[in-house]
Amino acid sequence: MYQTLKNLTPAQQIGAMFVIVFGLLLLAGLALFLRSMREFADPQRAQQHRDEIDNLTQLLKTSWLLVFVFWVAWLAGDVSRLVLFGLGSFFALREFLTLSPTRRGDHRSLVLAFFVVLPFQYWLVGTAHFNLFTVFIPVYVFLAIPVVSALANDPTHFLERNAKLQWGIMVCIYGMSHVPALLLLKFPRYDQRNAFLLLFLVLVVQTCMVTQHLVARRLMQLNKPAAAPLVSQSFIWRAWWSGMVAGSLLGALLAGITPFVPGQAFALSFIACGAGSLGHLVMKALKRDRGIPIWRGEGRGVTGAGGMLDRIDALCFAAPVFFHSARWYFGL
Amino acid sequence: MKKLVLNWAAVAMSYFLLGLIRVLTGSQARWWGCPPKAEQRIYFANHQSHADLVMIWAALPRELRHSVRAVAARDYWTKTPFKHWLTSAVFNVIYVSRERHADEDPLEPLIDAMHAGDSLILFPEGTRGFADEPQAFKAGLYNLAIKFPQVELVPAWINNVQRVMPKGEVVPVPVLCSVTFGAPMHVQDGEERHAFLQRARDAVIALRNV
Repeated sequence: MYQTLKNLTPAQQIGAMFVIVFGLLLLAGLALFLRSMREFADPQRAQQHRDEIDNLTQLLKTSWLLVFVFWVAWLAGDVSRLVLFGLGSFFALREFLTLSPTRRGDHRSLVLAFFVVLPFQYWLVGTAHFNLFTVFIPVYVFLAIPVVSALANDPTHFLERNAKLQWGIMVCIYGMSHVPALLLLKFPRYDQRNAFLLLFLVLVVQTCMVTQHLVARRLMQLNKPAAAPLVSQSFIWRAWWSGMVAGSLLGALLAGITPFVPGQAFALSFIACGAGSLGHLVMKALKRDRGIPIWRGEGRGVTGAGGMLDRIDALCFAAPVFFHSARWYFGL
Repeated sequence: MKKLVLNWAAVAMSYFLLGLIRVLTGSQARWWGCPPKAEQRIYFANHQSHADLVMIWAALPRELRHSVRAVAARDYWTKTPFKHWLTSAVFNVIYVSRERHADEDPLEPLIDAMHAGDSLILFPEGTRGFADEPQAFKAGLYNLAIKFPQVELVPAWINNVQRVMPKGEVVPVPVLCSVTFGAPMHVQDGEERHAFLQRARDAVIALRNV
């Protein structure tokens, strides 16, 4: 089995990988469906069961969406791949800024962020200008945005408004653009197979988040204290460690599809999981500050469609850290 | 032939605008107080941006878009041939003139449309406001409601659109927006004009926080 897979061409290997992943998702969906059929005599227990199923369904949907996007990205070729991730950034930033208190004076800065910074950053990825790509937003845009805002002649909450805009750009554009950038890293003896690296990152981070979520739910039922209850009821150190270990172990197991040996894969997964899960916590703090449970703003319905940011924030934080540690360690 | 081409252009334009407004704003309709129905109604909403017209038009279901007609100021929307074409061929608006002439009723085009069975979208502030809360409502809404007592009056709150394109800017930015439709209301027996307009305005403002 392993030999057969090994002898396939890279393209066939990637195809086989997607078949396997879609198969696993289907199995998970089937299992969930069967579990949802269970009946309970006690209505309270039944409600609890339903909530749990709803939660898991949500997670499964996210996974489907992510894998599907990556599949399309792989099929579509370089340019459309960038466009796809660019659109992801666009919708995530739209969501982020909807709930940030920008004023009329920020209009030009917003135009700059959406229609200049975003396309340019992805253009830099596409043309593999790695040096400029890593400093363009933290150095140049960092100055350009407040200059444009200052010229709008409105000092009210200036720092707050700009900080939020900068933050949105960092997370939604800078972080996100590191995901397709992974496709362009040139590891020795790893030709054409960078799609695996992308899948590796997504699987590892998503596994970490799912495990953390499931363990946290169990621990919450046992009334274990959260680490920062005002920010997140479900962030419990023990659950976090479980997620980290699960993600990293999966990473080590998947070393075969990466250019890394198992030890390196373990370490890099550990770093990516740490960045992703802690980044998710940070985003939760941000949401609490705005007084909303999820970005979609359910119940208040400020933002309408979306909830995109909830799904990709861990990846947005994990991708740059993963990218740069891999690049630094392998001297690429 | 020319008419056919213009017709196609109008259809293409409406799809383009719908796509654009979805990408920019998500164009979310929230039917909070009533379901969308093909019965004669007067929708009235806050007015902060020219995009309000497009926004509420895009938020309506496709089946209603033809029979629900917005009311727009003639002097502004017929200034250039393009604006004129856009508002008449694409949005099918009803023009009202803002300057009063002694011998004509400014509501006459609206009354004609109501008699023809169309629904209306009114911005009773009369002009765009820039404060957080809408300005005082003008009497047109009350007069129409008295004239057509059987027609439901549906308040609507358009959220966030002023952030998409503030006055004086040409490039819109993407921000999620929504239109919230409230519960239908009527003029109560013997209700005074001022009291009714105040109540209508409160109903619009109340939708901000649902």
